[in-house]
Amino acid sequence: MSDVQIITGNQAAAMAARLCNVQVVAAYPITPQSQLAEILSQYVESGSLRAEYVRVESEHSAMTVCISASTVGARVFTATSANGLLYMHEQLHWAAGSRLPIVMCVVNRGVGAPWSIFNDQQDSLSQRDTGWIQIHCRDNQEIMDSVIQAYRIAEQVYAPVMVCYDGFVLSHTMMPVHIPGANLVRSFLPPYKPHTILSPENPKNINPVLLPNPRMSAEGILCDGYMEMRYKLQKAMEDSREVIIKTSREFADAFGRDNGGMLWEYRTDDAEVILSAMGSVAAEAMAAVDQLRAEGIGAGVVGIRVFRPFPKEDVARAFRKAKAIILFEKSISYGYEGGLSSELKAAFYRTDIHAPVHDYIVGLGGRDVKARELVEAAKSSVEAIRSGTPEKHTSWLNCITE
Amino acid sequence: MPENLFKMNAKEYILPGSRSCQGCGLSLAYRFALKALRENTIVTLPASCLCVLHGLYPNTSVNIPCLNCTFASTAASASGIVAGLNALNKTDTTVVAFAGDGGSFDMGIQSLSGAAERGTDFIYVSYDNEGYMNTGTQRSSATPMGALTTTTPVLTKQQHKKDFLKIMEAHDLPYAATTSPSYPIDLYEKFVKAKRIKGTRFIHIHVPCPPGWSYPTKDTVRIGRLAVETGIVVLFEVENGKLRFTGRSRTLAEKGNKLPIITYIERQGRFKKMSIEQLSQFQKWVDSRWNEFLRRAAN
Repeated sequence: MSDVQIITGNQAAAMAARLCNVQVVAAYPITPQSQLAEILSQYVESGSLRAEYVRVESEHSAMTVCISASTVGARVFTATSANGLLYMHEQLHWAAGSRLPIVMCVVNRGVGAPWSIFNDQQDSLSQRDTGWIQIHCRDNQEIMDSVIQAYRIAEQVYAPVMVCYDGFVLSHTMMPVHIPGANLVRSFLPPYKPHTILSPENPKNINPVLLPNPRMSAEGILCDGYMEMRYKLQKAMEDSREVIIKTSREFADAFGRDNGGMLWEYRTDDAEVILSAMGSVAAEAMAAVDQLRAEGIGAGVVGIRVFRPFPKEDVARAFRKAKAIILFEKSISYGYEGGLSSELKAAFYRTDIHAPVHDYIVGLGGRDVKARELVEAAKSSVEAIRSGTPEKHTSWLNCITE
Repeated sequence: MPENLFKMNAKEYILPGSRSCQGCGLSLAYRFALKALRENTIVTLPASCLCVLHGLYPNTSVNIPCLNCTFASTAASASGIVAGLNALNKTDTTVVAFAGDGGSFDMGIQSLSGAAERGTDFIYVSYDNEGYMNTGTQRSSATPMGALTTTTPVLTKQQHKKDFLKIMEAHDLPYAATTSPSYPIDLYEKFVKAKRIKGTRFIHIHVPCPPGWSYPTKDTVRIGRLAVETGIVVLFEVENGKLRFTGRSRTLAEKGNKLPIITYIERQGRFKKMSIEQLSQFQKWVDSRWNEFLRRAAN
């Protein structure tokens, strides 16, 4: 049973969290996430979600509450944006280091200073190395689907998952979304089984000080040092790729919608020009590709859905036939280029992909990104590559740079 | 109240092999606190002396479950434990947060104030050794005036200690108390009482620290007593807004025979550069607080 409702991205996320029967919610409101925090309060106070809602005084505490509640065995949820996410930064590492299956929505927003409440992806991209799985959604349906999948992934690999979606562009925009039935979600998502339970019946000292080298326990068992624990987190993140793909496939079987696993493709079968992006820009790129094709350019889209673990094998396959690769990114790694550009180029190392990669920084701080602009950028890149100048410095689209 | 130490819970929760320093006031206080709290307890604590006391992975000398948390997050960590246990219908466990003065007076104050305002059902314990002792004796807002620390190495600390109990009292707590490991029966009794009360309970422990305060390790109990005898530390409890002296402080208040602070100051190397002017300021500060306590207890 599923019904279709016309809802915002924040509503989709809140409904998904309720469908997943989260037991503890801790959130601090921040634009554009606020609506999500409000809807969940409504659910809890009206009794349609049986959960503890901790109205914390900061994002740092929001993530802390999630960490501790998850440690005692509860399924937890939180959401934030921009500076709220940055304020959590210490706790993001702590959550991943504790190997807790926390799911958080990141409603992407530009980072201050100066202040912007509007969308880009600088916030989540700058949390790349915290040990969190990052899923980027292209529309509100994918938000709903990804939150449900995120719990199943997190609770299998014992790593936290960020479900990222663009502020306002998705969070406040209404779209038709299939709402799955509660029984279907319940059968897809088994109850959470913690790896370690903090309980008086079996006293443990969780996350104490570790020494560099493995040490013997009182029972004579050699236990991990700090470095072994770090390796295990890395291994879990690498191995999570298979779990993400399998979860996406099983979700498609059960719910009838395929989000693509690590990435998704649009009209790429015969495409020589591949446009690539994450989140709502990737959806916009589909409209651009239709227009490019109408003008005779064989273009397609590869939407990068999962940024961590990075889909190395998947991009090597998806881009193998590309003659030109054009990226649109809503973040910048200051002093170099867009984060996706660096990652993709590294993934192409020692493959047969030698296509030029043109990187466009777009839509920072909410500047509108139109399909027409993507078309113009793609055409100028294709023209430059065809005329024998494949190299291009990172360009800032629709931005006064002189 | 147990009339002597032998009437307390005889079970030990800190086993031999703790990593605390010789003469540690905290280990003494923690021992009696855990005896009062008993088995069905979960502790959460940040990077601090107590984190070290608990031992290095994979071994621990403490037989109570413990969740380590980041420096600023202790009270939020307790809130998460409480929320998680409530969600799982395990509501009979006592959740206790233990943080140092750095983790309470300074970096942890935001999450503590948040949890206290929400009325989170837990006991928050601030064990106060008056400086960042685990990190090497740096100044905190709990360091008293005139003390040498490694970040006030020449001029000594210029400000008075932050009156943290006042801040906590402003949260309208059902129970707040001050304790000292030099008076273990008083400390034990306050933890037993706190355990029975619902809501956010706050307990301050003044813990003498031989390496940080620079006195012989054998003198920990004596230094803690002198802090009370001089009125620098006042043993009291506040229940629903009503302040009551307890233990030795009550006797001092009745008899009016508190000692001059110099008897406490002169025994500690940290005060060796204290000026006469600072000494007099410190004495005035202590006298004025003491008089305020006398006024409040009389009401």
